[in-house]
Amino acid sequence: MSKGYFGRHGGQFIPETLMNAIFELEEAYEKYKNDPEFVKELDTLLKEYAGRPSLLYYAEKMTKDLGGAKIYLKREDLNHTGSHKLNNVLGQVLLAKKMGKTRVIAETGAGQHGVATATAAALMGMECEIFMGKEDTDRQALNVYRMRLLGAKVHPVTSGTMTLKDAVNETFREWTNRIDDTHYVLGSVMGPHPFPTIVRDFQSVIGREIKKDMLEKEGRLPDVVMACVGGGSNAMGAFYDFIPDRSVRLIGCEAAGKGVDTTETAATMCTGRDGIFHGMHSYFCQDEFGQIAPVYSISAGLDYPGVGPEHANLKDIGRAEYVPVTDDEAVNAFEYLSRTEGIIPAIESSHAVAYAMKIAPNMGKDKIIVVNLSGRGDKDVAAIARYRGENLYE
Amino acid sequence: MSKITEVFKKGKAFIPFVTAGDPCLEITEQLLVEMDKSGADIIEVGIPFSDPVAEGVVIQEADIRALSAGTTTDKIFDMLKRVRPNLSCALAIMTYVNPVYGYGIKKFLSNCKEAGVDALIVPDVPFEERALLKPSCQEYGIEYVSFIAPTSHQRIKMIAKEASGFLYCVSSLGVTGVRSEITTNIGEMIGLVKEVSNIPCAVGFGISTPVQAKKMAESADGVIVGSAIVKICAEYGRDCVPYVAEYVKKMKDAIS
Repeated sequence: MSKGYFGRHGGQFIPETLMNAIFELEEAYEKYKNDPEFVKELDTLLKEYAGRPSLLYYAEKMTKDLGGAKIYLKREDLNHTGSHKLNNVLGQVLLAKKMGKTRVIAETGAGQHGVATATAAALMGMECEIFMGKEDTDRQALNVYRMRLLGAKVHPVTSGTMTLKDAVNETFREWTNRIDDTHYVLGSVMGPHPFPTIVRDFQSVIGREIKKDMLEKEGRLPDVVMACVGGGSNAMGAFYDFIPDRSVRLIGCEAAGKGVDTTETAATMCTGRDGIFHGMHSYFCQDEFGQIAPVYSISAGLDYPGVGPEHANLKDIGRAEYVPVTDDEAVNAFEYLSRTEGIIPAIESSHAVAYAMKIAPNMGKDKIIVVNLSGRGDKDVAAIARYRGENLYE
Repeated sequence: MSKITEVFKKGKAFIPFVTAGDPCLEITEQLLVEMDKSGADIIEVGIPFSDPVAEGVVIQEADIRALSAGTTTDKIFDMLKRVRPNLSCALAIMTYVNPVYGYGIKKFLSNCKEAGVDALIVPDVPFEERALLKPSCQEYGIEYVSFIAPTSHQRIKMIAKEASGFLYCVSSLGVTGVRSEITTNIGEMIGLVKEVSNIPCAVGFGISTPVQAKKMAESADGVIVGSAIVKICAEYGRDCVPYVAEYVKKMKDAIS
């Protein structure tokens, strides 16, 4: 009866009011995912509009500087709208349109998913409303204006911790309020089934492209594929095609905030435990009574107390490793990649860059690391300047 | 016969909800006693949750007040165990799945049993996931309450056939909160239930006035009121008890 489990994680833990909506979504997805016309339309959008395939770039200066494993960057930052988020959004909004929906709603943390959703909605002529924690609308003011420019209505969420988790709460609430004409474009591999599967499938283009390009460039598979993990969509997209390739280490980099030994952290795998929240069984940061913990990260996109159920399962079965990366390490990596390669990474992606910097020097020169550079860092420049004590506001 | 079943045998049930610990557990304890005296048939005690996704602003804020005041699940059970002997009504706990699961399902239900709780209501566990809680509830002799909503359509009969205690009929789309008008055809929803089951149906979400309650009770076996009561608690704080008692009496009279 229950569906969408990855090992013991996943499921459909949402109010009865939404059950028919997610069944309708699942049915539509099953119908369209292999429909030649839908696949062709989406491929065209990804190619002509998003700019896929994205580049697999050999970061030669970084490699030489670190003196160990060869480092490749998967340039999801070069997608239209500046992150991997558009891959999933184009798929979901196209699907919503096929389902006859005329309005899309979405949560956003850093604003990347909100911008991508607003973009796709503008392109496909859909009404669009975005829910974003009040704290994040302050942290990412530029993205708020960007969404409005694209024709979306942005609702600052003032409940709870006023961050990504609360934006998700509020988007679910709005969905129960208006279902008939509305699709919830969930932005990560989380939530109730079928979202973790749909988002993973739409993001899995990342891993497929990495594999193809790597075989062309190096004639072999990489030794490590790594990515940052909040909900986990860019990581899941990068990992998915490599899961059967046991020789490839998969590493998810979580936001440790001020450290996993402090309360100001968002490292769910390292500090959380089994729970059921936001529609899914997975790992969550919580107290002994099951109250969801307020989490913290400098990165609004990773500032989330849970993680997608498929990641939780990959951890359980030992197929992927999850490591904590602090604010400090991420900011250092943000600056390092900017001056070493001339690429300004999103502060989210900088968490993965930071861990590559840590392990590459200890690996042989014959080893290969692929870092999924999930987004570009323009949105973070002012915040990083402030982190470094400069009085810069957008 | 369970206490819940007995309640509905006696006539239309009035089911008030309070958030435990808002503004503090001493007041919640007094509220339970006075609501019982004022005619409450089942009292729904809400265990506050950090992220109550099915609630509107009124109950969200009550949850924050209660948690900020240091309310915990353990303290709520202690209070319930203390006050239970003084109550004649049935008692239900309403909370979200993580405060049950994260606390430990067996430990939670064992505490419920000890505290004389008759039913458990968890809005984010739908029919498809009932295996998580229902068998354990049966083991501890606690009624596991299922939901139907205006969007349930073809699911109503499937859910009704397996329902126990009473069926929680969500009156409207959206989250909890006072509504000036309820447009769903409740009679039709309940009609579908009664085709396959004689499970009592209690309507909740949006009901605040005696007129609305009376209208709902024409087709429903019970009326659930949450936000309207929590609003009184928010307005009067520690002095809320007589106001809530008076309101409960008025609502019970309207459906009797």
